[in-house]
Amino acid sequence: MTDSKYFTTTKKGEIFELKAELNSDKKEKKKEAVKKVIASMTVGKDVSALFPDVVNCMQTDNLELKKLVYLYLMNYAKSQPDMAIMAVNTFVKDCEDPNPLIRALAVRTMGCIRVDKITEYLCEPLRKCLKDEDPYVRKTAAVCVAKLHDINAQLVEDQGFLDTLKDLISDSNPMVVANAVAALSEIAESHPSSNLLDLNPQSINKLLTALNECTEWGQIFILDCLANYTPKDDREAQSICERVTPRLSHANSAVVLSAVKVLMKFMEMLSKDLDYYGTLLKKLAPPLVTLLSAEPELQYVALRNINLIVQKRPEVLKHEMKVFFVKYNDPIYVKLEKLDIMIRLASQANIAQVLAELKEYATEVDVDFVRKAVRAIGRCAIKVEQSAERCVSTLLDLIQTKVNYVVQEAIVVIKDIFRKYPNKYESVIATLCENLDSLDEPEARAAMIWIVGEYAERIDNADELLESFLEGFHDESTQVQLQLLTAIVKLFLKKPTETQELVQQVLSLATQDSDNPDLRDRGYIYWRLLSTDPVAAKEVVLAEKPLISEETDLIEPTLLDELICYIGTLASVYHKPPSAFVEGGRGVVHKSLPPRTASSESTESPETAPAGAPPGEQLDAVPTQGDLLGDLLNLDLGPPVSGPPLAASAVQMGAVDLLGGGLDSLMGDEPEGIGAPSFVAPPAAAVPANLGAPMGSGLSDLFDLTSGVGTLSGSYVAPKARLRSGFGHTEASLSRAAPAVGHPEAGTPGRPGRVLLLIPRLTWSSPGGPGRCGPSESPLQVWLPAMKAKGLEISGTFTRQAGTISMDLQLTNKALQVMTDFAIQFNRNSFGLAPAAPLQVHAPLSPTQTVEISLPLSTAGSVMKTEPLNSLQVAVKNNIDVFYFSTLYPLHILFVEDGKMDRQMFLATWKDIPNENEAQFQIRDCPLNAEAVSSRLQSSNIFTVARRNVEGQDMLYQSLKLTNGIWVLAELRIQPGNPSFTLSLKCRAPEVSQHVYQAYETILKN
Amino acid sequence: MLRGDARGRVPDWGGGHSGRSGRRRRRPCCRGDAGLSICRGFQTEKDSLRSLTVSTMIHSLFLINSSGDIFLEKHWKSVVSRSVCDYFFEAQERATEAENVPPVIPTPHHYLLSVYRHKIFFVAVIQTEVPPLFVIEFLHRVVDTFQDYFGVCSEPVIKDNVVVVYEVLEEMLDNGFPLATESNILKELIKPPTILRTVVNTITGSTNVGDQLPTGQLSVVPWRRTGVKYTNNEAYFDVIEEIDAIIDKSGSTITAEIQGVIDACVKLTGMPDLTLSFMNPRLLDDVSFHPCVRFKRWESERILSFIPPDGNFRLLSYHVSAQNLVAIPVYVKHNISFRDSSSLGRFEITVGPKQTMGKTIEGVTVTSQMPRGVLNMSLTPSQGTHTFDPVTKMLSWDVGKINPQKLPSLKGTMSLQAGASKPDENPTINLQFKIQQLAISGLKVNRLDMYGEKYKPFKGIKYMTKAGKFQVRT
Repeated sequence: MTDSKYFTTTKKGEIFELKAELNSDKKEKKKEAVKKVIASMTVGKDVSALFPDVVNCMQTDNLELKKLVYLYLMNYAKSQPDMAIMAVNTFVKDCEDPNPLIRALAVRTMGCIRVDKITEYLCEPLRKCLKDEDPYVRKTAAVCVAKLHDINAQLVEDQGFLDTLKDLISDSNPMVVANAVAALSEIAESHPSSNLLDLNPQSINKLLTALNECTEWGQIFILDCLANYTPKDDREAQSICERVTPRLSHANSAVVLSAVKVLMKFMEMLSKDLDYYGTLLKKLAPPLVTLLSAEPELQYVALRNINLIVQKRPEVLKHEMKVFFVKYNDPIYVKLEKLDIMIRLASQANIAQVLAELKEYATEVDVDFVRKAVRAIGRCAIKVEQSAERCVSTLLDLIQTKVNYVVQEAIVVIKDIFRKYPNKYESVIATLCENLDSLDEPEARAAMIWIVGEYAERIDNADELLESFLEGFHDESTQVQLQLLTAIVKLFLKKPTETQELVQQVLSLATQDSDNPDLRDRGYIYWRLLSTDPVAAKEVVLAEKPLISEETDLIEPTLLDELICYIGTLASVYHKPPSAFVEGGRGVVHKSLPPRTASSESTESPETAPAGAPPGEQLDAVPTQGDLLGDLLNLDLGPPVSGPPLAASAVQMGAVDLLGGGLDSLMGDEPEGIGAPSFVAPPAAAVPANLGAPMGSGLSDLFDLTSGVGTLSGSYVAPKARLRSGFGHTEASLSRAAPAVGHPEAGTPGRPGRVLLLIPRLTWSSPGGPGRCGPSESPLQVWLPAMKAKGLEISGTFTRQAGTISMDLQLTNKALQVMTDFAIQFNRNSFGLAPAAPLQVHAPLSPTQTVEISLPLSTAGSVMKTEPLNSLQVAVKNNIDVFYFSTLYPLHILFVEDGKMDRQMFLATWKDIPNENEAQFQIRDCPLNAEAVSSRLQSSNIFTVARRNVEGQDMLYQSLKLTNGIWVLAELRIQPGNPSFTLSLKCRAPEVSQHVYQAYETILKN
Repeated sequence: MLRGDARGRVPDWGGGHSGRSGRRRRRPCCRGDAGLSICRGFQTEKDSLRSLTVSTMIHSLFLINSSGDIFLEKHWKSVVSRSVCDYFFEAQERATEAENVPPVIPTPHHYLLSVYRHKIFFVAVIQTEVPPLFVIEFLHRVVDTFQDYFGVCSEPVIKDNVVVVYEVLEEMLDNGFPLATESNILKELIKPPTILRTVVNTITGSTNVGDQLPTGQLSVVPWRRTGVKYTNNEAYFDVIEEIDAIIDKSGSTITAEIQGVIDACVKLTGMPDLTLSFMNPRLLDDVSFHPCVRFKRWESERILSFIPPDGNFRLLSYHVSAQNLVAIPVYVKHNISFRDSSSLGRFEITVGPKQTMGKTIEGVTVTSQMPRGVLNMSLTPSQGTHTFDPVTKMLSWDVGKINPQKLPSLKGTMSLQAGASKPDENPTINLQFKIQQLAISGLKVNRLDMYGEKYKPFKGIKYMTKAGKFQVRT
């Protein structure tokens, strides 16, 4: 006698059978058949074919049958719009039925049938129902207006339903008021500009009255609506708070949280001196604590919100630490959230208790939780300075347990503690070193290596320890390899005499045997540093590191303020403003806390002052959480290379005497070093010669790959050869160089993309050396801020290397969700720039992760003149959405390598171009002389055709060619001693002149 | 140029009912091949998404059993393909236990909010910014309603009553707005199935759908129907307190709090107006009331004044926080030790009363998750029965009553994996118990008065204390 009988089917075919039954004369059989249809629907079977037969059953006085048919209609009307019309008459008739239940049912079902043709017929019945004598019908009709608005907004406005709906806010029945508010909020949400809910003190008063009387769900709508209101002064705010406070005792947790939102928001307007402010604070704590005794799912949402509340007003829950203690059988997602809040509430007063708890958690079974607990101990140490010692000893206790993952996690956090309190707890290093062998996770290994490197001078066998890691260098993860490289360089700078071989070994492993560009780049940088100026190297590598901050994952204040306005919503669960993740964020309005417009403006404490943003002001909150976190975790991933810039002369010399002199002076290994240059000089000289580039353009030159494979291998070989000679090897560097041509990287002509990656990275990491980066590298610009792109931040720059233009992108995921499926596309532009390859992000981009990509560009795309000429509109897509941004590219990326014009040709062309096409510019404050200017410009493919000296002034005649074949001729007048140059440009397409001038500026001043 | 006009495009949700065969299907990474067509492709997709964005509170509901089968789906707006549940299944696979599936799961176009009750996942699909607590509270209400209707809430029962379930769900939510969630009212709209009624319906052809508007729904007291009549007028109140506590190794209390409720069963004729007063109302500083309670009266006089719903309801729930001193009625003495050398460990626990105000502790059960390294246990209880599951490593000891003269104990040895090092974690002991006639917080009802009706009702108050999450660390 159960409904499962409706699932049984016969062999004839279900649909066929049902059809027959639906058309049966017997009422009872019909009803049973409709039930069978509904049952099929519930399990996702498609029974839309029965539409006409089911609709035929609609004309009945049996309410259950009617309801069942209506259920069916709602599901399938959309797929059979023409058939659905058949039902209209019955609907209209039912809306006149004497039974209010049937009237309401009809109007409700009609609203759910999302078919345009039906909506026309809906208007009249709906109008009647909105004014129905029965409140049950009115409240159903109110919701129906929202449904109809969703289908056809214009119709609703034209028919004046919105005004009727507004009138319902003053209805005598609280349920009708609540539904009217809900419907209006829903409509307002999709049309933020409509100003439907113009809240004023009178309407607020009505809402507050209805609040006490309507159902729990209605209360939520009303409270959420109240939260959007900005009271005119603190008195009004207080009176609203007073009337909302009783809701904190509601049994429905959603009501409680909505009430908390209203209070948290309006509290902002109350002066802290007010007695009422204190009372309110006290009232907030108990309901929040109560939420934590609810079901785990509710707890989770509550905890995410409490996390925001304790960041905004820590005083609310400062005495309630114990309720966040983790219970053994809490679900893991609750445990992790509780732990987070425990750390936020940790203070000197309760740290002992917290630590005891954390230590207890560290012996639990769940590995993720244990790890987080151990991390939490580290965070306590960093947050509460007085407890640091106790935390360290707790961590040492945990290390003694020898539980593998506990030990590893402990070592990772001890590294952070060392960063926060340098030179304080080194005594524990010995204990840490005992556990060296048990470390198998990259992060722990990297942390341990960092510690050894950082304190190398105090660890007697630091070289042995590091050497032991070096054995399996290639099997290590990148993180460990990088750390090992840095640590050994540190060690070398601290104990140069004993560790030459070690450093040599690691440098060669990193630069030659590795195909990881990051590793090689870092290796080369260290190499160059050590070779050119060991003192500078010391300053750079052993520089004092900034202390890590205490609170590492606080939400940025403006974002926090915005999120406070979204307490209880999904935004508060994800700790992101809705605009960052709500799909098709139409009408997402930024909310901000109200300013404190106290009638008696009294002493504002500085803490709340920043929150006083004027209402309606858009909060440009940038989620910096990731950055702050990165600060803590990525310590020392790149040594602060921003230190002393390498002097130009040093580099020029370096090209001849790379490691030799430098290392020698460090090591006092004089004679061999002096002998070395004779071997070194040939390749060093040969490289630039091959390149056809002038000497002295610095780092980028050394690795410049302009002329293809031959030089490429040469440039790779060079440092190796030099190093060897620098260390006193007598073999000729050239003979050494020969076998290295077979190096897979250098010898494979088909992989220019890979090699290209090297250069921009290299230059990015050394922003301290201006001019040496080659002119085309400009620092990364943020093109697309994370706020505008649902958490994806894109920064980038354009470069031209070896005739290839590339767009170097840095994609950062600041959302909480993994990003995949990246693709890029350019709009048509002036020079036909287009991606030459798809945007390849190999692994999904997980939160807070950054990936750097060099996207090769071609100029073969379609052309359309843009304004300004060098603007580029880009669309980037990922699994979340499509984002658009536009950027300006520097024109010099378009200067081609064969832009040197023949002298005669130059003269002829110069004359040929009419004078009105000539444009003159001043380049100010450029301290270079004519040679330097010429060579620097040449490296950016602006070629000096001729040079004359007229009355003490240097006149440079230059030419350049753009990718689309446009020639630009230039005359550059340089007066010795005068930093201002005069640039005259002649071109057949004068509109490019301005941009060429800008390119000159960039190249010369960069 | 970049903005293509994509109005009027019909959204495509991958339609149909692909079922689980359609799992792991993702949107293609990129459309179009040359020129700007990609851009336009992007744009269309985006716009079509926009046109789909309808602000509905709860879009759809899926019921999923723990083996990952969808056995019921209900849509309140357009049909959302069940392939959206794939994201839920992924989360389910990742979580080690069903309890650990996160309650909020984002998918590219929807959010999935779920609760896990009675071994069923209730998964709500939402598409816009909605208060998640709203949804989760609603889902709980759905569970409660099913339980109220069918006695138990389980997959077979829901399948057996699928039509009623569907009708009830339709009644509970309209366009995503909760419509009727009080089971009193629902039961008037849709009659719960009983064997008798099914038989009668079959014979007479009448239905289980009420054709009258529930009377209470729009009155000032929506929770009570009018015209209630009883021959025996009675009002019972149960004060039930649960202690949540964490006790550390040495037996001292780390945290202890009390979750209390007053559940009522009121069967009174007419419109009675009740007041309930307490001996020590100061204990109740953190309370949540049934909507029937007049809050003003409580604020000013600390008296509960209310017109009760008819039948069973929860009048009040309260919380006595960790800051107040909470009496702990039991203690556990334990000695669980592993030795490094031996493959045998010692196990001994004793349970005894403490601060029980002279009442007996009954229904005591001790459970403990033993470390993985424990192969088996050989134990002797002084009373009750015990079991140890060598697969799940769960020890449970059904103690029964505690006799203060002869304390129950469980002693013996644990055999560990030979050669394995001693386990890292210490087992936590979970305790269940009941104490009749005692509210451990000390809460006492002073008197219950009735106004508005003339008859004299029968009144009763019962007290009980239970263990909630009561954990002893070892």
